Order: sequence, then C-alpha cells, then structure tokens
Amino acid sequence: MGMTIAEKILAAHSQTKGFQPGDIIKVDVDVALANDITAPIAIQEFRKAGVPSMAHADRVVFVLDHFTPTKDIASANQCKYVRDFALEHGMEHFFDGGEAGVEHALLPEKGLVLPGDLVIGADSHTCTYGALGAFATGVGSTDLAAAMLTGQAWIKVPATMRFVFTGTLRPWVGGKDLVLYLIGRIGVDGALYKVMEIAGPVISALSMADRMSMSNMAIEAGGKAGIIAADDTTKAYVKPRAARPYTIYTSDQDAVYDSVTTLDCGDIEPQVAFPHLPENARPVGEAGDVKIDQVVIGSCTNGRIEDLRTAAGIMKGKRVARGLRCLILPATPAVFRQAVKEGIIDIFLEAGAIVGPPTCGPCLGGHMGILARGEKALATTNRNFVGRMGDPASEVYLCGPAVAAASAVTGVITAPQEVAR
Amino acid sequence: MTFRGRAHKFGNDVDTDAIIPARYLSTSDPEVLKNHCMEDADPEFPGKVQPGDVIVAGKNFGCGSSREHAPIAIKASGVSCVIASSFARIFFRNSFNMGLPIFESDEAADAVSSGDTLEVDADTGTIRDLTTGKLFQARPIPAFMQELIVDGGLMEHIRKRGSI
Repeated sequence: MGMTIAEKILAAHSQTKGFQPGDIIKVDVDVALANDITAPIAIQEFRKAGVPSMAHADRVVFVLDHFTPTKDIASANQCKYVRDFALEHGMEHFFDGGEAGVEHALLPEKGLVLPGDLVIGADSHTCTYGALGAFATGVGSTDLAAAMLTGQAWIKVPATMRFVFTGTLRPWVGGKDLVLYLIGRIGVDGALYKVMEIAGPVISALSMADRMSMSNMAIEAGGKAGIIAADDTTKAYVKPRAARPYTIYTSDQDAVYDSVTTLDCGDIEPQVAFPHLPENARPVGEAGDVKIDQVVIGSCTNGRIEDLRTAAGIMKGKRVARGLRCLILPATPAVFRQAVKEGIIDIFLEAGAIVGPPTCGPCLGGHMGILARGEKALATTNRNFVGRMGDPASEVYLCGPAVAAASAVTGVITAPQEVAR
Repeated sequence: MTFRGRAHKFGNDVDTDAIIPARYLSTSDPEVLKNHCMEDADPEFPGKVQPGDVIVAGKNFGCGSSREHAPIAIKASGVSCVIASSFARIFFRNSFNMGLPIFESDEAADAVSSGDTLEVDADTGTIRDLTTGKLFQARPIPAFMQELIVDGGLMEHIRKRGSI
C-alpha cells in the first residue's frame, strides 16, 4: 500500500513498522525547539530528571524571540534562566541578542531544519517547516523536556488530507491569501489531528517564503503538520544552507488519503480574516469600511524578505495614513540586513513606518505594539483571537503583506491594486 | 478515580489566549497563572471556580498556542477535569503529558448546563450529571495515554519505564 510523505518520514524515524493512522508510535527527533516562553518549563522538567546532559544537545535549539528584547523584569529573568542553561550545556544552537530572530524564519534560514526531518517544537507554528518537506509539529514544554532527555517523542499517527491548488493566481495573491482562504473553507478545526498535504501546480510555482506562510498556518485549521513536497525550489533554498545530509520524500501515487480537495485559485482574491478566528476569511473587496489604528508587518508567517519587498513596493513614495501606526518587524537579522541593503528600510522610514528589531512581540500581545481598548489592527500575523494583540476589547484582522501595506497608506482595509501604481 | 464538581460551560474554539492570555506568560508559576485562568472568556471565572469544578466546552477546546501554561493554569485553579466535544491537538497531548484529565463527549458538551453538578469516573469515562440525572460516556482513551495518566504524566512515565 502506498504511503504519504508524512507516513514515510514517521516510518524513517520509528522502530514501529506497518503502523496505521491512530496508532501511537515513538519517533527519533532530528530537531527539538523551544523559545523564551516554553523553554523555561522544559528546562525545569529536564532538571527534575537529574540527568547531567541532554541525549543529543546538538539537536536542541533555543531561540529567545517572544518577549525579546526583554520587555520587563519577569521576561528578563525567564530569558536569563534559558541563557544560563544553554551556556552550562554548551548548546551550539542557542540564539540570543543580535543572533536571534523569529524562530520559524530563523531555523530554515540557518539550515537547521531540512527536508525529511522530524521536528518537534514547543511552539505551535513549528508546522512552518512542512514547507521544506519535513514533518514538523508543535508540542508542549513537557514533550520538549522528554526529547531533551531521550531524543524521542510520542506521536499519534495522523491521517493526511490532501489539498491541490490549481488554476492561475490573481494579482497580489500570495501564500498567506491561499491559506486564509483554505482555513475559511474548512474551519479552525477542519484538519484537527490530521496532516495537511499542500500540493498542485500553483504551489510548485510558489517561492519558499509563500510556502512557509502556508505551512505556518496549518495549525490554524487544527492541523498536526502542513507538508509541501520538496522540489527544485526547495533544493535551491536548502543547498547553500544544509550542513548535514537530508532526504526528500514524496507521496506514492496510491497513497491513502483521508480526503482530497481541489481548489481553483482563479477566483481567490487577497483575503482578510475578520475577528476573532482565522476562519473568518473573506475577499478584501468584501471587507467594507474598516478603519484601522495599527498595521503590523512581520512574524513567522510574513516577516521574510519577500514579504518586505511586497510591502515596500506598495508603500514606496507614499505616506502612512495620519493617525495610524505602521510597525515593520523584519523576522531575522539577515532579513533586516538584506532589507537595509535593498533600500527597503528607507522606503518604510520615509513613509513614516516604525521599523523594529526581529521579535514575535506584538503578534501575541507581548510587547512593541499593544492595542488599547476598542482599537483595530491589521496584521500579517497568524491569530486574531480575543485579546491576542492587547486589550480584550481590541480587534485583529489578518492579511498578507500587500493588503497590509495598502491599508497602512489609506487607513482603512484596502485592496492592493487601489494603492499600487 | 472519581471527580465531582460544578460545571462551567464555554462555547466552541476556546483558544489558549482565552485560557491564559500571553500578557501573563512572563511566568510559569501555577499560583500566578491560576489568577488569570479563562480571564478573557469569563473575567469572573478565577474568582468563582471551586476545587473539583469541571470545565465543559464545545469543539476544538484549547486551539492556538502550544503554551503548557494553559493546562497548568486550569489545573492550578482547582479544575478537576475538562470535558469537550473535541480538543485541539497540542492541548490534548499537553494535558496527558502533565496530568490534567480530559474527556471527549459530544453529548455531555451539548447537554450539560453551567452550574450542574457532575460526577466523572476517570477510569470508565462515565459522566453523570447529578442535577439532571443524565448519563454520558466519553470516547475511549488510547492505551498509551492511559499509561501516562496512571504514571502521573510523561516525565514520571519516562522515570518509571526508562523511555517514552
């Protein structure tokens, strides 16, 4: 019987053969990731076990990216706790200060996650690495502690739903719009406990940045992973970055799927997800008159150089609307530096935007752009739950970088073609 | 083991930001987190929850972040168990890993009202609504996850058995 990519990666990392969806298997983990919010609990649990060293310290990655640069004394203490552990254990893959970036942009950029890998991360958006053809899934801090201790994790084998994107993309439609549209179709639990395999000619033509935006949001449909088969685009991305061998898996022709859905992209407009769930996606043309107080361009979903180029292309020579705050947070130091080189940061500053350091900050209402009661934000981030970016009576609308940039100029939710020359 | 307490009813898609908002994540101290448990879904919850009480919710409970602070906050607030139509998958595994009993039952999620007194038999998954007299059966829990509960969570499981 044929196998899906997910099943092949699980089989390659497990002693159990012939497993079925629903079975619980033990797997060896290639990469185990945590951040300044989730690592402290993992470290506490690891320390309680009383073992002097990690099973595979070289496979553990800590990134201080959520409440950094530290926002208060408590977050500084949390970061210090993680930093002290990382230094004590001589961790090779510890990212702090000017080396830190938003983890799910940073790890692929550094070549730390590769096709065919089995990755667990104590961060729900770990599913981003599915865009490289890896099985990557978010777990909790205790799972991380267990992986630090044993090098393994337990996985309930998921069934796979396949989504095939066909047709021709309309102008200004990117990976973010496709995934918001998909979540709008299937709902925030439409792929609960399942792997989403994202495929089709439209996906094959997407950049790695667009693919990562899509895999990133698999969790917003409840998915365990959002996998895109590695191809020439993936190989070109990985080649200058990989420091170890990797394996490319593809699904068999006779692989068994939970469901197969074909989506024609010809009718998909740039999307906006209304409060308070990512499934409330609608075409930007049907957004109505929504006045916004803050635009955020950044995050693990859309803080890559391609996203900044798209936004800058729209904002060039224009001004941010009066009374609106536009925050731009390049996701990693390398993205920031590249944006400086290309003159993109100048474009943002001339437009009156605020450019900040790489951090998750505002996406989760941590710091650097917290909303007041009644305020509305339009963000290229991934969640618009109640209180996500600040006061419980504030609102978050989600979109891609083109809609965000156009709306920053007009002050209301706006289709890119209305602003772009 | 049997749990007994009053039901606190919530709707569908209760997310981890509602269970414990990120503005409180600069600590993982259960005693601090419990004061803000469910705050953005029901600001009065931290003040009214009593030891043994049960959270009852619709589909996809715990969606969103992987933060273990969510089940920690619920457990620390004295809640004995959570019953929902379904759980988001990271919350689902976190609960077993750190020892918060959870049960899936569409019928109970639908029929139980806030304030009802519930009795839950953790071994059989039987849920009894003592206020209405109705009886519900939760979906079975896979054998491995029952082991995790018996052992007292994933880390204790590893300590006792030498591996996952």
